[in-house]
Amino acid sequence: MGRGNGYIVGFATAVCLVCSIFVAGLAVALKPLQEINKVIDRQEKVLAVVGLLDPDAHLSAAEVQALFDQNIKARVVNLADGTFVEGVDAKTFDQQKLLSDPATSTDALPNPAGVRRMPTQALVYALNDPQGNLEVLVLPVEGKGLWSTLYGYLALERDLNTVRGLTFYQHGETPGLGGEVDNPRWKGLWPGRTLFDEKGMAVIEVVKGAAGPVATAPHKVDGLSGATLTSRGVTHLLQLWLGDKGFKPLLTNLAKEKGGKS
Amino acid sequence: MNKRQREVLLDPLFNNNPISLQVLGICSALAVTTQLKTAMVMALAVTGVTALSNLSISLIRNMIPPSIRIIVQLTIIASLVIVCDQLLKAYMFEVSKQLSVFVGLIITNCIVMGRAEAFAMQNTPLDATLDGIGNGVGYSAVLLFVGFFRELLGSGKVYGLTILQPVTEGGWYTPNGLLVLAPGAFFLIAVFIWINRAWKPDQIEAAE
Repeated sequence: MGRGNGYIVGFATAVCLVCSIFVAGLAVALKPLQEINKVIDRQEKVLAVVGLLDPDAHLSAAEVQALFDQNIKARVVNLADGTFVEGVDAKTFDQQKLLSDPATSTDALPNPAGVRRMPTQALVYALNDPQGNLEVLVLPVEGKGLWSTLYGYLALERDLNTVRGLTFYQHGETPGLGGEVDNPRWKGLWPGRTLFDEKGMAVIEVVKGAAGPVATAPHKVDGLSGATLTSRGVTHLLQLWLGDKGFKPLLTNLAKEKGGKS
Repeated sequence: MNKRQREVLLDPLFNNNPISLQVLGICSALAVTTQLKTAMVMALAVTGVTALSNLSISLIRNMIPPSIRIIVQLTIIASLVIVCDQLLKAYMFEVSKQLSVFVGLIITNCIVMGRAEAFAMQNTPLDATLDGIGNGVGYSAVLLFVGFFRELLGSGKVYGLTILQPVTEGGWYTPNGLLVLAPGAFFLIAVFIWINRAWKPDQIEAAE
């Protein structure tokens, strides 16, 4: 057709230009909406794990936000010494971003949870009773399952040992097998279990098969059938985040503070 | 709509189905069909992308230099897929979380590129759009068929509503784990092809 190389290069450039303007424009235009979706989704999960929100209730974004702002206090914690950091805006704090910067994350020693870097700071959520005392503490946890990294929230009762709930907000496990971490019946097995033994070691564990009721197996939870590796992953990630590299210092501090007050 | 256009639109449903006869797009048919809802969103997304990519490629078909036509098609398709992904993330966040990487993988869905190269490059924009919709709907038919049975037998639900109460939730039905895994979809697609060929025997190839 007698078209030279100039035409070909010109055509390719034009196609790329048009496509990129289109894609970039749309991405920028939709970004705020997507960010809101993400924030609302997390807030919904936090509210559900502390028991303020029925997971089947379909609240609008504004209702979720209002409920969250009314009840939940987000605070940034220094993981190493377990103290709260003042002056950091919890709304814009992004724990995942810390991981990519060597100044704000530490090399996680080889651990069974498959976590490579731990942040120096983390975002925790607190639900206080009307007197201003801590009622529920929500800790973010993450770790490898079978296929994917599971991201979730662990809610602790006032005694900082008993589980109020566990929920995952993002994972890519096999639906029907490992994906059953989202099953309300399995999640219902968690409340009441205790995390630490007398020596203060995190011993909470997902076992193979049935673990039995809280009274006979305080530190054990039923495994997910057909998902041994996901179950093991949940054990590992909880033990990692409840250990010295994780939230142990914070929990120790909070327990001391409470002891001092009473 | 003339006779040819009707054929272009309806043929891919059962006479020339992209999955069961052209054997395109099998991978995504395995990946997203564990639940009817994700299958449905995926079906809509692929139909939309195929129609729009066929339309836009057909519009510029006489200007595309033959030597770089494949990469031009790919650029257009990739852009449309990103648009799709962004829209899902903004307006259907829950579903987009479940579909995760598979929306991005529409790019690699052979149906989209196959139709762009085989049809849109030679036909007028209207015909090409119809062909895109037709193939998308043909793909959707298989996806919904597979998704329906996988969700029903694999987890006892249809579109998220419990139909067969599974044992794990105090019912009587023991979910069939095989159907939740990818091989289960292979069996169902084979059943679809079987039914399709029993109904339209002319699709059966001559024995070698």
